[in-house]
Amino acid sequence: MNQDNDLVLEVRDVRTTFLTPRGPVRAVDGVSMSLRAGETLGIVGESGSGKSVLGRTVMGLVSNSPTTTVTGECLIDGRDVHTLKPNQRRQLWGPEVAMVFQDPMTSLNPVKRVGRHITEALRLHLGVGKKEAHDRAVELLRQVSIPEPVRRMTQYPHELSGGMRQRVVIAMALACDPKLLIADEPTTALDVTVQKQILDLLASLATERNMATILISHDLGAVEGRTDRVAVMYAGRTVETSRTSRVFNNPVHPYADALLASIPRIADDPHTVLRAIDGSPPNMLNPPDGCRFAPRCRFAVDRCREESPELRDLADGTDDTHLGACHFPLLPARQEVG
Amino acid sequence: MPSDKFRADKTKRTRTLVLGGAMLVVGLALMVFGWSTPTLVLAAKAVLVLGGVALVFQGISRLVVAIRGKRIDLLFTLAMIWLVGLCIVALLAPLLPLGEHNDVAKTLLEPTNMSPKLLTDHPLGTNNQGLDMLSRSIHGARTSLMISLLAVSIGTVVGGSIGVIAGYFRKGTDSVIGIFTNAVLAVPPLILLIALSTFLDPSLRNMAFALSLLTIPSMVRLARANTIAFAQREFVMAARLMGANRFRVMARELVPNVILPVFSMAVVMISALIVAEASLSFLGLGIQQPDPTWGNMVAEGEGGAMEDYPHIVLVPGAFLFLTVFAFNLLGEKAQQRWDTRSAKL
Ligand SMILES: Nc1ncnc2c1ncn2[C@@H]1O[C@H](COP(=O)(O)OP(=O)(O)OP(=O)(O)O)[C@@H](O)[C@H]1O
Ligand SMILES: [Mg+2]
Repeated sequence: MNQDNDLVLEVRDVRTTFLTPRGPVRAVDGVSMSLRAGETLGIVGESGSGKSVLGRTVMGLVSNSPTTTVTGECLIDGRDVHTLKPNQRRQLWGPEVAMVFQDPMTSLNPVKRVGRHITEALRLHLGVGKKEAHDRAVELLRQVSIPEPVRRMTQYPHELSGGMRQRVVIAMALACDPKLLIADEPTTALDVTVQKQILDLLASLATERNMATILISHDLGAVEGRTDRVAVMYAGRTVETSRTSRVFNNPVHPYADALLASIPRIADDPHTVLRAIDGSPPNMLNPPDGCRFAPRCRFAVDRCREESPELRDLADGTDDTHLGACHFPLLPARQEVG
Repeated sequence: MPSDKFRADKTKRTRTLVLGGAMLVVGLALMVFGWSTPTLVLAAKAVLVLGGVALVFQGISRLVVAIRGKRIDLLFTLAMIWLVGLCIVALLAPLLPLGEHNDVAKTLLEPTNMSPKLLTDHPLGTNNQGLDMLSRSIHGARTSLMISLLAVSIGTVVGGSIGVIAGYFRKGTDSVIGIFTNAVLAVPPLILLIALSTFLDPSLRNMAFALSLLTIPSMVRLARANTIAFAQREFVMAARLMGANRFRVMARELVPNVILPVFSMAVVMISALIVAEASLSFLGLGIQQPDPTWGNMVAEGEGGAMEDYPHIVLVPGAFLFLTVFAFNLLGEKAQQRWDTRSAKL
């Protein structure tokens, strides 16, 4: 089997620019990534780093329009989302790629019963009959661990708790058995205890169905241990990407390092001091020259402010790639000093 | 002790019951006395009757509390009884054994300007042509309700659809619709109606059409604002991802959400339109005599008739007042329940 055929998603040098009255906003600025069936990718970064725009661009929800330009390629199952006609693109949504949104309060229609949310997806895409759609929907609700699925079918969204609603949203996304699932901060709006349940549910569903998953989050804890690989985004660019454990144990980019230092981790010695990252993310209307993290970087020198670092493989010697965009990547020795 | 508490509850209940009953009886007595004592001046009559009404109202409230154990919104209940009753008699008016309402030829032998006397052929009196006031008021209700309901329906359907389209498509469509609604809103409604009446003859259909013009702009605005708010919710995006096209998103996702606030607004508008219709008829621009409407009945009181025979104005006035009041209560309730601002989601 050819390796390339295995790719569910291939993104090459995607740039998304919003033309706003105050000037162009380069929300995504040259991101590449690829995903195989069953593989899980975490995308992390601060608020405003372009994670959601990237997710929506990959889906084709953000696409070329009078106020938006998208360049580069987003191949889902070999087809470029952005060159497809709108109705062809609609056919991708559901069976090929589906999305779970951030806020389960607003991602369900308040006047539609839970059941109809799911059966409509089934009937529109798969053309199954009423009875079969109902049975399948009950089965989906059971798969996302909703108790008493038959009774839930006839309830309205406001009768469900936030966690239950998010499970319904997940069931909706799974209705047409997508090959790729994009979850954009699926747990941000939920209680901490529920967050873990939902994340674990997503992880187990992905394994069960051999489904490629992109988990977008600003919470590194959500990603750790649940994704195969992770990409750290800063100001519309990928600054570091590798196997999740590598990034967590041995970050090469000062931003990834700072991000890791800003969250509590179970493995840490209990007296570790948490560090906040100084400064704020750059203004996307007018990003700094050179490395975009330079103004906030503890190690920045003149070269960082002038020359933009390329994403390159910094994993000397091992099989894994470990890409980082930094002129002076952190080496284990330097990390100890810093 | 539960049984003690129960007993205390029971005595309290009985007391409320007795008090309520007494208030009801006294109130009724006052009303009847005030109404039927010919020697009293009008003001004294009015005070007695109103006092009686207040007592009866309180009495019924207490009785309900005592019997059902919980409070009900009595004012609202009464208003609904009035509305439902009025709608039924208005619908069935041609079948009911009512006096003559518009054919003067048939009332040559009837007394004219007769004051209201319950338990006669003309419980609410007659007008200066001997036409029965009760019958005229009910036929007036028929016209008023028909015109305003028709106008509100037209306004809701047309204005609502335009608003949803403007709110969903935005851009050029929205600007054009915005200019159109602002233009209509810029013309004072009464002037617009008077202008229309110069070239439309005052038939029921034309009146409804003209009045619906008053409701369309605010309906457009309301539907548009709600559509914009709902279109930003993620379920719209989710629906698109499930393969719904724009038309389906509009019809199946947005309209069902927008319909509730629009509907509650429609209820509020009914009362405004009843008043508008009455004003036009009063000015002689609406349905013409001898066909009765509340507005043209009130107008019969012009030229001294009101001083001599106050019931000519008071009877249609009371119908108008009670109906508008009841619709306002209903509208308020509808908005509380359905408007997005108070909705849970
Ligand atoms: N439609 C739009 N028009 C103009 N600018 C936009 C638009 N959508 C997003 N942006 C800008 O793009 C940048 C990236 O936004 P995005 O929503 O992707 O951030 P994010 O990483 O998802 O943040 P968060 O964690 O808060 O969700 C932001 O600066 C935002 O202001
Ligand atoms: Mg986001």
